[in-house]
Amino acid sequence: MEICQKARKPGVTGQGTVLKERGEDNLEVLQLFVSGLANGCVYGLIALGFVLIYKATEAVNFAQGDFMMVGAFVSLGLTNAGYMDLPFWIAAPLTITIMAVFGYLIDLFVLRHLFGQSQTAVVILTIAMGFVLRFVAGLIWGHEPQTLESPLALGDLHIGGVVLGMADVAIIVVTFLMTWFLYQFFQRTKLGLAMQAASQNQMAAYFMGIPVKRVQGLIWGLSGATAAVAGILFASKGAIDPNAGLLGIKAFAAAVIGGFGSLPGALAGGLIVGVIEPFAARYLAAGYSQIAPYALLLAVLVFRPHGLFSQVRVKKV
Amino acid sequence: MRIHFKTTYNDDIRLFPDRWTFMVYAALLVLAFALPYLIGEFYLGEVTNVLIWAIAGLGLMLLTGQTGQASLGHAAFLAIGCYANTILIEQGVPFIVAFPLAGIITGLVGVLIAIPVLRLHGIYLAIATIALSVLADDIIVLTEPWSGGVSGKFPEMITIFGLEIERWSMPSRFYYLVLVVTIICTLFYRNLLRSPLGRAFAAVRDSEVSATAMGVHIARTKGKAFGLSCMITGWAGALMGYYAGTFNNETFSLVISITLLMMIVIGGLGTIHGAFFGAVVVAFLPQGLSILKDGVFGSGVAIPGLETGVFGVILILFILFEPMGIYGRWLKIRIWFELFPFARKDMFRRQKSYLKTERLR
Repeated sequence: MEICQKARKPGVTGQGTVLKERGEDNLEVLQLFVSGLANGCVYGLIALGFVLIYKATEAVNFAQGDFMMVGAFVSLGLTNAGYMDLPFWIAAPLTITIMAVFGYLIDLFVLRHLFGQSQTAVVILTIAMGFVLRFVAGLIWGHEPQTLESPLALGDLHIGGVVLGMADVAIIVVTFLMTWFLYQFFQRTKLGLAMQAASQNQMAAYFMGIPVKRVQGLIWGLSGATAAVAGILFASKGAIDPNAGLLGIKAFAAAVIGGFGSLPGALAGGLIVGVIEPFAARYLAAGYSQIAPYALLLAVLVFRPHGLFSQVRVKKV
Repeated sequence: MRIHFKTTYNDDIRLFPDRWTFMVYAALLVLAFALPYLIGEFYLGEVTNVLIWAIAGLGLMLLTGQTGQASLGHAAFLAIGCYANTILIEQGVPFIVAFPLAGIITGLVGVLIAIPVLRLHGIYLAIATIALSVLADDIIVLTEPWSGGVSGKFPEMITIFGLEIERWSMPSRFYYLVLVVTIICTLFYRNLLRSPLGRAFAAVRDSEVSATAMGVHIARTKGKAFGLSCMITGWAGALMGYYAGTFNNETFSLVISITLLMMIVIGGLGTIHGAFFGAVVVAFLPQGLSILKDGVFGSGVAIPGLETGVFGVILILFILFEPMGIYGRWLKIRIWFELFPFARKDMFRRQKSYLKTERLR
């Protein structure tokens, strides 16, 4: 149990914990794997947000990481004793609702004006939005790292010598549930199918009576809600500050590795990035370990340009 | 209003459509050369900064505005140009050789990177270039024996045939150096647009499918665009190194890449003027904001992230209300006056494209 105590809490930045003790190699590998899994689920959750919007509008929200950061701060502002001091189980659904409305409004007031313009315009717009969100969050909540007073943060789970924080368990469970739920939503429900249709051919979707613009707004709301879930879980796990949204870059790696447009792919990509990080930090030299996820990203882009779960073919006339 | 009645193809690709335009730019050139005698050293330094940003903007404009490939990693190429130049000069290569060589090296690196990366489309390309920009930082630290790593490097004094140029002690000489490079880059860019290659770039930007049908080799054209774009960016990087006086792994960060992209959007995508207008905004915004902030809150009040926040808001407003940037707005105003009172509201209406996915399901 001694080892396990030291192995708690993989760092927020995902550097992982380095165990000093030798001899229990297998256990150490397992511990690294499990902590990587929890980090990977956070990346996966953010990547889910990218994929949702990509699936339905063929655009990428470069501010998704910042959406997560805002979600985390909203839940923190509702829950923590210093602010609103609501019970966590009321604050969490409230946060998700607020972020869903926030996402819908962003689409209504900003993105809908870009309807019919190129993808690049959306890319640049969302990057700018990320800057603004970071600035506003800094104004409201300050730049000091803060932690969510969450019931999830208490206690550890011991399974055969491997220690897992309750927050990590919650993250893993919730992420898998979310992925499953969203996957079913896209495959089975009428709205999900409408969303797919709207992305595949806007004009045809219009002719079929799909309110394309409203569908687009709903998907932004849904991705806002996903970001809120990611934010709550992330804030239960470690401290957040306005720059936490930069984690989004790693989530990009996750989404690309999985292939944009595939929900299970996003989760798989997130897990791959999350698991690689602690192992790279443990077994590679100091300078090389941060490179690992990005090098993997580039390698995937070079050899399988549309991700491991590719859905693209060459455009034909 | 001036009417250009074109009777030959050469009329269509002339550098200046008429004598009036030529006179305007000649006057601008004279003004630019007379500037050190007109304004103080501080403002001369600021103008130099604007010109360096404009060169970098021209580099990215060639790729993003002309060929339609958004790159979020051009700070990496600024870094390559800067380090290549400094290292070459440290090895004893004279500036007059090292500086062009730095650009060419950057261009070659750009082509090498372009070969795998340019198979990607829009968003994937943007993400791959983000990864490049993030990696550049780590790679500079890892190659410490050459790059100086975290402690950074100081570019040596420039010597051209015995003439010494230094940014701080002789700002006007440095200004002239930057000005000459700017003019060369601008002429190069302008002439490129008149060539078949420049037209191929525009064809790739507007529709890859139709460009292929017209016999343009997409991958090769994109590769050339990337290489040329990186070359110009590399020169800007080398000058930026001299302007900053010292640089390390954090000088050319992802923020610089993004600023560069936003700069050309604010200026006006796809136009040479846009790069210059955008550079003016980027170079003067921090000063303007700090003056404004001191006026409102009093000096000493620090608002972290204010610059990027305001920059983001400006950019969002531009994308929503003036996607053609400052230059586009200027064109609209000019044409309104030229056609007065016959200008119509819908003259600049853009065609909307309806989205079709390339995914299977």
